[in-house]
Amino acid sequence: MNLLEIKGLTKNFGGLAAVSNVNLNVPKNSITAVIGPNGAGKTTLFNMVTGVYKPSAGDILLNGEPITGLKPHAVARKGIARTFQNIRLFDSLSVMENVLIGMHSRLKSNFFGAVFQLPGTRREEEAAQMEAFELLQYVGLDGLLNEPATNLPYGAQRRLEIARALAVKPKLLLLDEPAAGMNPKETKELTDLIRNMCGEKDLTIILIEHDMKLVMEISNHIAVLDHGENIAEGKPVEIRNNPRVIEAYLGKGALAYA
Amino acid sequence: MGKYWIAFVANKSLSGGLFLLYVIVTSIGIYLSQKSIVSFLLLLASLLILYFLQFPDKVKWAAALVILGVVLPFAASHGQSYQSYMDVAVMVGIYVAMALGLNIVVGMAGLLDLGFIAFFALGAYTYGIFTTSQASHFMPFGHYPLSGASFWMFILIGCLFGALFGVLLGIPVLRVKGDYLAMVTLGFGEIVRIVFNNLDKPINITNGAMGISSIAPPELFGIRFIYPSQFYYVVLVLLLIVIYMVRRLERSKMGRAWKAVRENEIAAQAMGIPLVKTKLAAFAIGASFSGAMGVVFAAKQAFVDPTSFTYLESTTILVMVLLGGMGSVPGVILGASIITILNLQVLTEVTNWLNQLSMSGVLKIPDALSPAKMQRFIFGLLLIVFALYRSKGLLPAKNMHYDLEKLARRTHSMDAVPAAGETNKG
Repeated sequence: MNLLEIKGLTKNFGGLAAVSNVNLNVPKNSITAVIGPNGAGKTTLFNMVTGVYKPSAGDILLNGEPITGLKPHAVARKGIARTFQNIRLFDSLSVMENVLIGMHSRLKSNFFGAVFQLPGTRREEEAAQMEAFELLQYVGLDGLLNEPATNLPYGAQRRLEIARALAVKPKLLLLDEPAAGMNPKETKELTDLIRNMCGEKDLTIILIEHDMKLVMEISNHIAVLDHGENIAEGKPVEIRNNPRVIEAYLGKGALAYA
Repeated sequence: MGKYWIAFVANKSLSGGLFLLYVIVTSIGIYLSQKSIVSFLLLLASLLILYFLQFPDKVKWAAALVILGVVLPFAASHGQSYQSYMDVAVMVGIYVAMALGLNIVVGMAGLLDLGFIAFFALGAYTYGIFTTSQASHFMPFGHYPLSGASFWMFILIGCLFGALFGVLLGIPVLRVKGDYLAMVTLGFGEIVRIVFNNLDKPINITNGAMGISSIAPPELFGIRFIYPSQFYYVVLVLLLIVIYMVRRLERSKMGRAWKAVRENEIAAQAMGIPLVKTKLAAFAIGASFSGAMGVVFAAKQAFVDPTSFTYLESTTILVMVLLGGMGSVPGVILGASIITILNLQVLTEVTNWLNQLSMSGVLKIPDALSPAKMQRFIFGLLLIVFALYRSKGLLPAKNMHYDLEKLARRTHSMDAVPAAGETNKG
């Protein structure tokens, strides 16, 4: 069963086809990596899936239901959460508040509930705080809950972004270069976190990543983009040995690695 | 200095006792020397001191209520300056409530609104038109003027009107961001004023530049609210409601959504926050406070005309928010109080004093340089100084504090859920 199906997805910026006719099937509870050289259209693909860009053509189906062209907040409500290539936290807000904001669409309280402190709203708020705290424990940031997000070290900011995305309780999680700028130790921890949360949080994950070690280690499936086109797809071993991929992206030196 | 302050604050009986003494001394000061605005200001400053003392919130609120509800009016009541003190206090209340409204829009949601006074004008004119014979010029049904007993209902109508126009302004305006948003809202503010200035023909709705006079004073159980000392309590109650609401909203899902939109629109949307709806809510709620206070303003002045709603007024409210601290409720209350008192009391007092000096021939100050006319200059100076040295305002916004221990204990007592993540701790 495919959680996400992308059919003939195309995005043109003026004369430039950033993504053209990309097809991708993502099975439930899998980890799929999207790789490709800079400017290949990976982030544009993410932006179309999450509703930031409207596709020029093509369809996106989540659980068989079309979500093409929905607004970003509506896409989030459907169960797709994401992190960003250039970290986008709510900088001056505390770590805890960042995660609580991730829960926004799941909280039912309204204006009157908030103003009159109705019991339902209060209970919901307490439950939300507890859940947010558990998520912070999960990514190991519970000790920093009152710290403004901007004060966190780089690796912790990336983990906070993941915790915030998990707070949406997504079916599908898109990670845009989660290991960018991390040292090997942090990358190792991140690899474990991604692998574990896929099972523990019942997630399907798509990630964009340049760290080939991480990609080869955790993904079940890899899609390779080059110049906006899907040039190869398959298991890590297949991609590793695919001559077109090696030529387009990994470079000649990668042959030795393979 | 800081060390001593901490030690002082920690000793509750000492700090509480000295605080009480301070309040008593300043109250006696007002009581005995009626003309001394210094003791009046010092008594108001007791609220600021109270804010910094370490007592439970409930105790602080109770103390603030006693000071504002009993001590201040009583101490000031002994003499002919009574009404002028209360007049200033009423204006402070009105401006604080309005600044708290603008704080939602500018401080929390991060939407620069330079035409905020328009909603105030809408509230003021709504009450003004319907409680004078003005309404009979264009209303096909009903008997006008309405009596002052309708004032209480009009506060709600002012709220709704403010909110309605907030949304009407918001729908087209929220497509633009930053500088453009500021320009459009500035335009809106001026348009509203100019419309009110010219809406005396073909049908006379607002009576144009002449303004509307003899607006009915509020009535409750047969009591007519004419004096500032009576309005004081109306404004005090409204202000408490406004502060309560703002506090609640700030800590709710909606408040968090506003701040998220301010911090990062794209990330906010990705978290499921609808951008337009959230911004409209900020506009509507902020504007509704302004609309309600407009009704109070019209009833208190018994007169409205377009000159009360100029661009300078919008700027004044914005300066209150910036000075106090964007997004900070206590900060905005302080900022609005300082600016209002500066405008209404300090500058006029200094002007009077200088006039006396020039009358007695000690020194000669040309009329053009009188401090009362230097409002804009002083605002500009304040803004520059604050931008340079204290860009987050007098009392910067603080994030809500979450109790780590309490949360840890509660989640622990639930069941073994957290254990799942233990391996990933880094």
